[in-house]
Amino acid sequence: MNNITKERYANGKPRLRRFHQAKWDEPIIFEMSCEGERGILVPDLEPAIERTAEDAISTLPEGLRRNQPPRLPEISQPQLVRHYTRLSQETLGVDVNIDIGQGTCTMKYSPKVNELLARMPKMAELHPLEPEEAVQGILEIFYKFEQILREISGMERFSLQPGAGSQAIYANASIIRAYHEQRGEAEQRDEIITTIFSHPSNAACAKTAGFKVITLYPDADGYPDLVALKAAVSESTAGLMITNPEDTGIFNPRIEEFIKVVHDAGGLCAYDQANANGILGMTRAKEAGFDLCHFNLHKTFSTPHGCGGPGSGAIGVTKTLAPFLPTPVVEFDGHAYHLNYDCPKSIGKIRSFYGVAPAILKAYAWVMSLGAHGLREVARTAVLNNNYLLKRVLEIPGVSAPYAKGKRRIEQVRYSWEELAERTGIHSEEIGLRVADFGLHYWTSHHPWVVPEPSTLEPTESFSKADIDEYVNVLRHIAHEVANNPDQVKTAPHNSTIHRIDPAALDNPAEWAVTWRAYQKKIHEDSE
Amino acid sequence: MSDSQSLPRKLGLIVNPLAGLGGRVGLKGSDGIAIQRKALQLGAVPQSPHRAAEALQRVRSSISDLGIITYPGEMGEDEARGCGFAPMVIGAIKEGETTSKDTRNAARDMCRMGVDLLLFAGGDGTARDIFDTVGATMFVLGIPSGVKIHSAGFAVSPACAGEVAARYLQGRVTGYREAEVMDVDEDLLREGILSARLYGYLKTPFEERFIQGAKTRSSSDRAATENIARAIIHHMRETCLYIIGPGTTTRAITSRLGLPKTLVGVDVVSGGKRISADVNEARLLDIIDREDRTAKIIITPIGGQGYLFGRGNQQISPKVIREVGRENVIVVATAEKINSLRGRPFLVDTGERATDRMLSGYIRVVSGYDEEIIYRVADGTR
Repeated sequence: MNNITKERYANGKPRLRRFHQAKWDEPIIFEMSCEGERGILVPDLEPAIERTAEDAISTLPEGLRRNQPPRLPEISQPQLVRHYTRLSQETLGVDVNIDIGQGTCTMKYSPKVNELLARMPKMAELHPLEPEEAVQGILEIFYKFEQILREISGMERFSLQPGAGSQAIYANASIIRAYHEQRGEAEQRDEIITTIFSHPSNAACAKTAGFKVITLYPDADGYPDLVALKAAVSESTAGLMITNPEDTGIFNPRIEEFIKVVHDAGGLCAYDQANANGILGMTRAKEAGFDLCHFNLHKTFSTPHGCGGPGSGAIGVTKTLAPFLPTPVVEFDGHAYHLNYDCPKSIGKIRSFYGVAPAILKAYAWVMSLGAHGLREVARTAVLNNNYLLKRVLEIPGVSAPYAKGKRRIEQVRYSWEELAERTGIHSEEIGLRVADFGLHYWTSHHPWVVPEPSTLEPTESFSKADIDEYVNVLRHIAHEVANNPDQVKTAPHNSTIHRIDPAALDNPAEWAVTWRAYQKKIHEDSE
Repeated sequence: MSDSQSLPRKLGLIVNPLAGLGGRVGLKGSDGIAIQRKALQLGAVPQSPHRAAEALQRVRSSISDLGIITYPGEMGEDEARGCGFAPMVIGAIKEGETTSKDTRNAARDMCRMGVDLLLFAGGDGTARDIFDTVGATMFVLGIPSGVKIHSAGFAVSPACAGEVAARYLQGRVTGYREAEVMDVDEDLLREGILSARLYGYLKTPFEERFIQGAKTRSSSDRAATENIARAIIHHMRETCLYIIGPGTTTRAITSRLGLPKTLVGVDVVSGGKRISADVNEARLLDIIDREDRTAKIIITPIGGQGYLFGRGNQQISPKVIREVGRENVIVVATAEKINSLRGRPFLVDTGERATDRMLSGYIRVVSGYDEEIIYRVADGTR
C-alpha cells in the first residue's frame, strides 16, 4: 500500500502543491436565460390577507413605477445553484488559498460563527426605518462597540456610519474642512499633506473633498521625511493625513514630531489606521497626538475584507472635533439608546442611515471573543508572522525589502524583485501569474510603483508557520525557475482556466462593457 | 499597431563594438579613435558585444524565427549568429576600425529597409548618431553598454532590453515614449567641465504595465502630464513672463496654450503668446531686463538622472536663475518620472556653487492638478 503522507515529501521537504483551477466554461447568466423558466413560486396570498393588506405598488409615485418588469434572466433554481457554485469554484478566494499575497488588505480568517450571527433573522430582518424603541439591541451594539474603539484608540467619540475605509477618510477630510470653516480659515487652509507610502485613499479622498494634495517622499533612510514635512507646512496647511505603519510595513518612529510640526502650523492630524493589525494594544492615536483617526472594520476587525465584505469604516475624533461627526450619533441616557440628530456643527450624513449594521455586529463579536489581551495577541502574532516571512523571503535571491535597511517591519512588507527583473527581464506581475499555478494569490502593489517590481505580502495572525512556509517555498521555486526555465514563468499561468488576457482593452473605453446591457449595445453597434 | 501584428516582424540590430571601452579604465567615454586606442592599450574590454548578446538571447527565447537585419561582423552579425539567429547582413565595415559614421550608415540603411524596431548596443554617443540619422521616424531601443548613459532611450539592463524588444515585436507592447537623447562633450569632461546637451527625442517602445487585482489601476503618465499643464495654465498670470525649459512635460503646457515649442530649447511665453523662441542666456537676460516684470522659470528634470539645471538647459544660467529667484522656479514632473529616480534627489549643476546651494534643499513639484510633491534637490556637481 502507498504511504500517502510520505509521498507529500521529497528529501524530507514538503512537495509543492499540485493544483489545477476548476474550469466549467460557464456562460454568463444572461446567455442561459430561457423564456418561461423560473424558480419555486411562493403560494398566493390567502384572501383574508389580501383584503387587509395594502397594495404596495400603488403607494409608489407614478414616476417611480416600471412600465415593464426588468429583463432579468429566466432560469430554474437547480441551474442557478449550479451556475454560482461553479463560478465559486473558479475563484481563488480566502477560503481556499493561503491569502497572504494581498498585502495591505489584512486578509485574516473571519470566524464563520460571526457570519451566522449577522445572518440571524433578528439581524437580517432589521429595517433602518424601524422606530428607536424597536431596535434597542443593535443600537446597544453600536454604542458598546464605540466604547471599545474609544479604548483601543483613546479618541473621544466615534461614528460608525462610513460604509468603507475611503468613506471614513473622506469624512475625516470633511471634518478637517468643517473645523477650519468654523475658525474662518477654510479658504486659506486648502492643503492636505500625506506621504507616498500612506494608504493612497488619503490623497484620493482629500482631493475628492476639494483639497490640494502635497505628497512627501521618504528620507534617505527610508522613513517618512520630517525635513520635507517642515518644508511643506505653511499657513495653507489644513492637515496631515497619514498611515502608520505605512504600506511598506515601516513604523514612523518620529510620528509625534510630525504631529507637532503640523499642529504648530495650525493644521489637524488624521491617522489612517488601515494598517492597525500590528499595533492593537501597542500604540494609540491619542498618545501620538492625533486629532482624528479611522479603522477599517473589514480589515483589522475581521468583518471580513474583499467580496466577503461589505466594508465598514469607523471614524474617531477628539473632544474638540466631536461636534463635527456625521449625524446621527448613538447616545445612551442610562435607560435607553437614542439616535441623536441634534448636531448643528455636524458635517451631515456621508451615507444613508447609521452604518453597516451586520459588519459592526461581526466586529463587536470578534472583539468580545478575544478580549483586550486577545487583541494584543493578534498584533503580536501578526508581527511575528510577518517578520518570519520577511526573513524567509529575503533568503530568496533577487528579492529585497527596500527602505529602513536591516530593520524589522510591523505587519506587512513591500518587497522588490528589481534585482531579479534587471537580471532576467521578468517582472513582478509575471511572478504573480506563476504563483496562481500553485493555488495561491499574489498582488503587486498600489500604483504608482515607487518600489520597483513590487509585491506586498501580509500574513496576518491567521496563518500558521506551515502556511507561510508553503507560500515562501512557492516563491523560492519560481525564482529558481526564472533563472533556469524562464519560459515556464513567462507563459504562466498554466493551471488556470484562462491563461492570459490581452490587457489593452483595460485602457480602451470602446472595449469596456461592465454590464450586460452595455455589452449588448456595443456588440450591436459593432455588427452595424 | 494591430494591423502589423500578424506580419512577420523585422528587427534591426546595431552594435557599436567600442561602446563602454573607456569606462573601466577611467577615460569617461569612448568617443573618437585616439581615446579608443588609448583605452585598448590600457587593457580595456568593450562592453557592448556581451551586453548585446545577453539582450538577443532574451529576444530569442521568446521569438526563435525572427528576421534580423544587421551590419557585418562586430557591428551585430557576430552577436546575432552567436545567439542562433540567421541575420540578413547588409553594408560594409572595416573590421576593428569602425567609427560613428558606420553607426549612422547602418541606421540609415535599416530605416530605409523598414525594420519594425532598431535595437542598438552603445551609449549616449551611439544614441545620438542614430537620432541624427533617423530622428523620431522609427522605434529605437538602447541596450545600455556605454560609459555615459545620460539619455533616456535605454532599457535598465540588457535583459530588460531583450524582453521589451521581444514584447514589442510580438505586439504585446504597443505604447511608446519620447526618450531624451543627451550627450556630454567628452573632451571637455576630461578637462573637468561637464557640458550636456539635449539633442532631441527618440521614439522608444514603452511598456504600460497592466496589473491584475482590484486595488491597482494602470498608471497613465500622459494623463498626468495633461493635468500638470492644466494646473500651470490655471495659475498663469497675464502679466508674468514664463521662461519654459525643454522637455515633453513642459511642451504639454505650450501645446495646451496652442503655442509651438522648441523641444530642445528654451522659449519665453507671456500673455498667452510665445514672445521669444529658442533663446540663449544673453537673450533671456535681455528680456528679463527689458520687460521689468515678474519672471518665472518652468522646468522639468532632464534625462534619466534627475537634473533640474545644468543638463540640456544651460541657457537658464546661474545669472538668469538669480534674476528670477528661487521662489519663481516652478518644477513640473509626473509622479512616474519622480519614481523613476528611485529615491535619488533632483540635481543641480549650474556651474556656480552659490546658485547650486541656493537651489538645494526641498522644492515643490507640480505633479498634477492640485497635486504637488515635496522633493529634495541636491548639488549635482561632479
